[in-house]
Amino acid sequence: MSSPLTKAEVQRIARLAHLNLTTDEQDLFTRQLGQILEYAECLRDVDTTTVSATWHPGSEPGWLRADTPRESLTNDAALSNAPAPGPQGLFRVPRVVG
Amino acid sequence: MSCDGTVSSLHSAIVDGDITAAEVCETYLDRIGSVDVHLNAFTVVLHDLARAQAEEVDRMRDAWRERALLGIPITIKDVICTRDSPTTAASRILAGFHSPYDATVVKRLRSAGAVVVGKTNCDEFAMGSSTEHSAYGPTYNPWSVDRIPGGSSGGAAAAVAARLAPVSIASDTGGSIRQPAGFCGVVGLKPTYGRVSRYGLLAFASSLDQIGPMTLTVADAARVFCVIAGRDPLDATTASQPTPDLSRTLPGDATGVTIGVPYSVMEGVNQEVRSAFDTALEVLTQRGARVVDINLPHMAYAIPVYYLVAPAEASSNLARYDGVRYGFRARSDGAREDLERMYNRTRDEGFGTEVKRRIMLGTYALSAGYYDEYYVKAQRVRSLIIEDYDRAFETVDVIAMPTTPTPAFHLREHVDNPLAMYLGDIFTVSANLTGLPAISVPAGFTADKLPVGLQFLGRAFDEASLFRVGDAYEQDAPWWRTEPALAV
Repeated sequence: MSSPLTKAEVQRIARLAHLNLTTDEQDLFTRQLGQILEYAECLRDVDTTTVSATWHPGSEPGWLRADTPRESLTNDAALSNAPAPGPQGLFRVPRVVG
Repeated sequence: MSCDGTVSSLHSAIVDGDITAAEVCETYLDRIGSVDVHLNAFTVVLHDLARAQAEEVDRMRDAWRERALLGIPITIKDVICTRDSPTTAASRILAGFHSPYDATVVKRLRSAGAVVVGKTNCDEFAMGSSTEHSAYGPTYNPWSVDRIPGGSSGGAAAAVAARLAPVSIASDTGGSIRQPAGFCGVVGLKPTYGRVSRYGLLAFASSLDQIGPMTLTVADAARVFCVIAGRDPLDATTASQPTPDLSRTLPGDATGVTIGVPYSVMEGVNQEVRSAFDTALEVLTQRGARVVDINLPHMAYAIPVYYLVAPAEASSNLARYDGVRYGFRARSDGAREDLERMYNRTRDEGFGTEVKRRIMLGTYALSAGYYDEYYVKAQRVRSLIIEDYDRAFETVDVIAMPTTPTPAFHLREHVDNPLAMYLGDIFTVSANLTGLPAISVPAGFTADKLPVGLQFLGRAFDEASLFRVGDAYEQDAPWWRTEPALAV
């Protein structure tokens, strides 16, 4: 059985996932992800026409806390791990426009 | 130190003043110093912070004597945030990251008097079954250093097995606590989904992740569980169920307990693993338990369901690692840089191959045109797996199965064949898909002296039954007393 995944699809998915894959990685993933997806084909054998999906196994509904201000990270603490902290308490990123 | 290294005996010795927390801390730091060079179980050892905490425990001993983990050295898997120390997820992309806060579990452990001695190695972002996918190199199994310790919490399991700490705290998304516990001969508990706060756990798959303890004995796991369990205002999925009263749970008793075994899914289990499993069930039968055959018709689909759902959630959770707010950012290569290019190069250089593989798989399963076919289909089959377990628990108290189909495999044995590695998770992923609690306890050794794990699953929020049955078994089968012979 041929791989259900093409290299062009791997390139499309890499763009969506913001991954700049090398040609070797593209070849490797085309083959390996193809094998995994082929294995997952067995799920087609299961009749789920009347079955609803489970998104979450939690037995209790989520709960809310009162919307009152509480302590949070300071600006300095939030920036303390930034690879390129900018001036005035901001994160610095490459130019986006222009 | 005159104690057997369990939490219970260390705690008594410290509370009674037979030994100080500082002495205990120093003993374990010394042992880590001499042994971990052979195992690579730690990503960082926190000598100074641990000593300072131990000294505080000694100063406060009389006031804190009721605290459940007074002076107990613990390790934290490196996907759980600890204040003022590195948290790397064993990934290059978080190199240099120091969390500005403690995860809720770490806060609770510290409040109970525990002393954090270090962070443990794991597969990158907890994705893997062997601890070979770590930016810090693999961890080695203390029972045989040419084998893997399991994963993703291989460092945590190796640390407890090698007596580098009596407690490791880890996370379990598809077996990441139980499988390495089985491979290293220690106890590993994955609590019910919602039992333990995930605040401060670097998210892998949010509907599957749970934090739990790894220890030498079931009683120790129960003690640590009671410290970390409970509702947390910072995690809206935590549940309000009360934690079990351990004085009514332990010592364990298997009398009258009905144990279900899904014999039909046990074809292909390694013969020595099967033999240890059957012997363990005989021990429990002699202690008054009843073993019955149960049917879990959709269990064979648990692996494909898991390997679509978990990567899908991971691909979304790991989108946050983009080189802007924390961790690694790829250096400019001189070409004109824009934001998109910086994101892509950072993620390509920062993530390892297994993480990329899962991000790719998850992105594919969630992408337009494939979402219904893969992701929604998997979540529907997940419902059928949950129904199977609900039906089984109408007639049994716990379900038993081996933790893994084989003992620990050799380093690099599956590294080029991810599907083969994934298939080894057949007995562990169901507990995450269903949210049910599960515990792995040591059940003996193969002829080559490799540990074998025995797993029990329970009803939601019924960890007490797991402790009861696990402890009852352990009383007649105290495998934890056998230590690995390490060349030190």
